[in-house]
Amino acid sequence: MAQSATLTEQYKKTEETALITGSEAIAVACKLADVDVITAYPIRPYDTVMQYISKLVAEGEMDCEYIVAEGEHSQFEIVKHASAAGARVFCGSSGVGWMYAMEALTVTPALRIPMIAMVGNRALDDPGAFGVEHNDALAVRDLGWQLVWVDTAQEALDTALIAWRVAEDRRIFLPCAISCDGAFLTHSQALVKIPTQDQVNEFLPRYNRADLLLHPDNPITVAPQGNEDWVMEIRRQNYAAMERVPAVLEQAYKDFERIFGRSYGNPYFEEYMTSDADVVLMGMGTLSTPVKVAIRKMRDEGKKVGFVRMRWFRPFAAEKLAKCLQRFSAIGVVDRDYSFGSPYNSGVLATEVRTALYSAPGPKPPVLGFISGLGGREVTVPDVEKIADAVYQAAGGKQQPLTQWIGVRE
Amino acid sequence: MGRLFAIEIIYRGIFQKTLAKNISRSIVLAAHKEGKPGISFGRYGDSPERNGIPAKNFAIVATDDITLEEGMAKYEPKEVDVTIAVDETLCKGVESWAWYGLQPVNKLLKPNGTLIVTSRENPESLIAMSHRKETPYKLAILKATPSFSGLWVYKDDHTDVRILGAIAKILPDLFSLKSVQETIMDEWKSQVKADSAARAFERVTTVTVQPNQGNPEVPFKFDLPKWHEMGEGIAIPCVKPGGAIQDPVNAASGGWRPDRNPTFKKFTTRTMRPVVNFDTCIKCTLCWLCCPDSVFDVTPENLYDANMEACCGCGVCEAVCPVKECVTMVNESEFSDNGSQWEHWRKDKEGYTVWLKEKIKGHGERSHGFRYRGQYEEQVPEMLQIAREG
Repeated sequence: MAQSATLTEQYKKTEETALITGSEAIAVACKLADVDVITAYPIRPYDTVMQYISKLVAEGEMDCEYIVAEGEHSQFEIVKHASAAGARVFCGSSGVGWMYAMEALTVTPALRIPMIAMVGNRALDDPGAFGVEHNDALAVRDLGWQLVWVDTAQEALDTALIAWRVAEDRRIFLPCAISCDGAFLTHSQALVKIPTQDQVNEFLPRYNRADLLLHPDNPITVAPQGNEDWVMEIRRQNYAAMERVPAVLEQAYKDFERIFGRSYGNPYFEEYMTSDADVVLMGMGTLSTPVKVAIRKMRDEGKKVGFVRMRWFRPFAAEKLAKCLQRFSAIGVVDRDYSFGSPYNSGVLATEVRTALYSAPGPKPPVLGFISGLGGREVTVPDVEKIADAVYQAAGGKQQPLTQWIGVRE
Repeated sequence: MGRLFAIEIIYRGIFQKTLAKNISRSIVLAAHKEGKPGISFGRYGDSPERNGIPAKNFAIVATDDITLEEGMAKYEPKEVDVTIAVDETLCKGVESWAWYGLQPVNKLLKPNGTLIVTSRENPESLIAMSHRKETPYKLAILKATPSFSGLWVYKDDHTDVRILGAIAKILPDLFSLKSVQETIMDEWKSQVKADSAARAFERVTTVTVQPNQGNPEVPFKFDLPKWHEMGEGIAIPCVKPGGAIQDPVNAASGGWRPDRNPTFKKFTTRTMRPVVNFDTCIKCTLCWLCCPDSVFDVTPENLYDANMEACCGCGVCEAVCPVKECVTMVNESEFSDNGSQWEHWRKDKEGYTVWLKEKIKGHGERSHGFRYRGQYEEQVPEMLQIAREG
C-alpha cells in the first residue's frame, strides 16, 4: 500500500499529456481548480463541456455541486448567487443560449461576481445553425465582462486557470468569458499537457469573497434599488476594476510561466512572423490555423505577411496593439462576426482596431475589414491569400471598400 | 432673455398623483392660452410612489422657447416662484425616494415666492410646522381638506381648479383668471369648476413669513459618498439588530428597539399617527407583529411604543388592535415633534392621559380617502361646500 501511495503521489507530480478536445480541456481546468458549483444547460457546442464535467463527477474524479438548470437564465443566476456566497463557479453556453441568459449576464459584472464562463462560439439563430460566429460572446463586450479568445485546447486549459486567478483577485472581481470556436476547438482533439495539482494549487489561491461574502455572519444587502444618486458611482467602480485588470493579468501570466514552464509572451495578442512583415492580418480564435498556413505559403512566394491574433478582447490592449501595428504598411482584420450598420459596415474587431490606431500618436496604416467564416464556414488558404492581396493593394494606396466579404457565394 | 416661471406641486404619492398632474398640466395649458410655451413633468426619481410618500410635479413656463430651454436644461428647477403643497402635513418637510434627507417644504421658493397650502388650519400652525427660511416668503392658505383619491379613481372635488384660480391671483404675470377658465372649459367642460376657480381667485389671501418665523430645527441631511468611498459590488451592510431600551424613570433596561435605516427615516410619509393608550394595552403584540415597518419598540415592561422616526402612518396597528381606542390614528398636523409617547407616559401618567384624550377627541378624523366604500360620495359634497363658501 505504501509503495502504491508513493507511486500515486509520484504520478500526481508528473505532467501528463492527454488527447482531448478544447471543451475537455476546460473541464479538466474545472477539476484542477476544484470548482465548487457548476451549472449546465445543454446547447451545442458548449454542451460538450457539461458532458465531460458530468463524467468527471460520475467517475468520482471531481467533487462539486453540479446543477442542470431549466434554462440558461437560471443557469447563470445560480452560479451568480453561489459565487456571492463564496463558491468558485463555472458555467457556460453558446449562441442563443448565451443570449437567453442575457439579463443574468448584465447584472454579473455590476455585482462584482468572478464567474468564469465558457462560450462555445456559435452563430445566433436564425437560421438554426451550429457553426462558429463570435457575435454571441461579443454581445457582452460593453458590460464589464473580461473576454478572451483561445486558439488551442492547451490554451483553453491554461487560460481558464489564469481567468480564475484574475477574476477572483479582490482588486478585480469581474466575470470572464472564455471563447472557444465551435467545432474547430470544442470538438477536435489535440495533445494537451495536463498540469499537476500541486502546480495549480501554487498558482491559484482559494477564492476569498471577503467583505462581500453573502453569509449570516456578514449580513449585507446585495443589489438594492438605486436611483441616479448612486448608479454613476457604481459604474465608475466597475470602470476602475476593469482598469486594474492589466496589471493583475500580466502578473498572472508571469507566475504562470514560472510555475508551469509555458510562456504566452504578451498576454493580450500573439504575433506570428511579424518581425519582418510588410503587412499583417488580424483575427481571433482558431482562424489562426489557415492564416498561418497561408502565411507560410505566401512567404515562399516572397510576400512578407504576418499575423496578429487577439487573445484578450476585454480589456482591449489598445496602446500596445497600436504600437505593434504601426510598424506595418497595412492591416487586414478578419472578423468572424458582423456589426450591421456599424462604421464602414465593418466587423467588431476591425472597428476596435481602427479606434485603437486613431487615437495613438504616430503613423496610421490603412485598416481593411474582412467578414469571413460566418456560421462555421471554413476560411480557406486561398481566402486568406485573397485577403492578403487586398491588404497589399491597400498598402500601395489603392482605394477599395473598407469592408469586404470573403468566401460568400457571389 | 424672457421670463421663466417655475411652479412645483408637492403631493402625497399615488393618492394625489392625478391631482398633481392635473394642476401641473393645467398651469402649462392656461399659460399657453397667453402664448407662453411650457412643460409639465413629475420627478422621475419619485416613482414608484409608495402610499403617501412625498413626491413632486413641476410646471415650467416661459415667455419664449429659448427661455424655456433654460428651464428644461435642469433636471428639476433649483428655485420656484410658487410651491403648492396639496396636504398641510407636507409642511413638516419632504423626504422622498428621490433624494436623501429632509427637504423643507419651502426650500425651493425664491425670495418673496408663495407657498400655497390646501388646509383648514390657521397660518400660525402651518408656519410652525414649516422650517425657517433665510428669505421672507408668502403663505397662501386655500381652505380645503386634503384631497386624496386612489390610483384608478379621481375624486373631482375642485381642488385642482381652485389652486389654478389662486395662482392667477398670486402670479398674474403667468396667466389670467380668464385663461384659467378657458382651460377648465377645454379640459373639463364644466362651468361649475370654472366658477370654483373664480371664487378661489377672489378669496385667496397671503401672509408674509419672515426669516425668524417657523420651525427652528435643522432638517436632517446626508453627504453622498464619492465612488471610491462606497462599498463595491452594490453590497451594503445590513441594519444592525438593535438592543434593549432604558426606562426614563427607574433606569431599568429591557425590551427591544430594532436599529433602523439612518439615511431613510420616512416619517414625512405620515399624514396621521398612532397614539397609544398604555393603560388599556393588553400586550397582545398584534400592533408589533403586524406593523409593516417594525415601528414598535418593545418597552422593558413589554408595552409597545410606536417610534415616530420610523412610522409611515399606515394605520395597520389601529386596525388590528382589539382594544377600543388603545391605538388611535390622529391627524399628523396635531403634533409638533417625534418624541416617545411611552416616555411621556412614564414621566407623567396623568398628564399623558389628558394629552391622549385631547388628541383623540380633537382630530381623530383623517384618512387616505378609501377606508370604506362610498366615502368619496360623502367627501366630495363637503369639499364643494367649502369651495362655494370659502
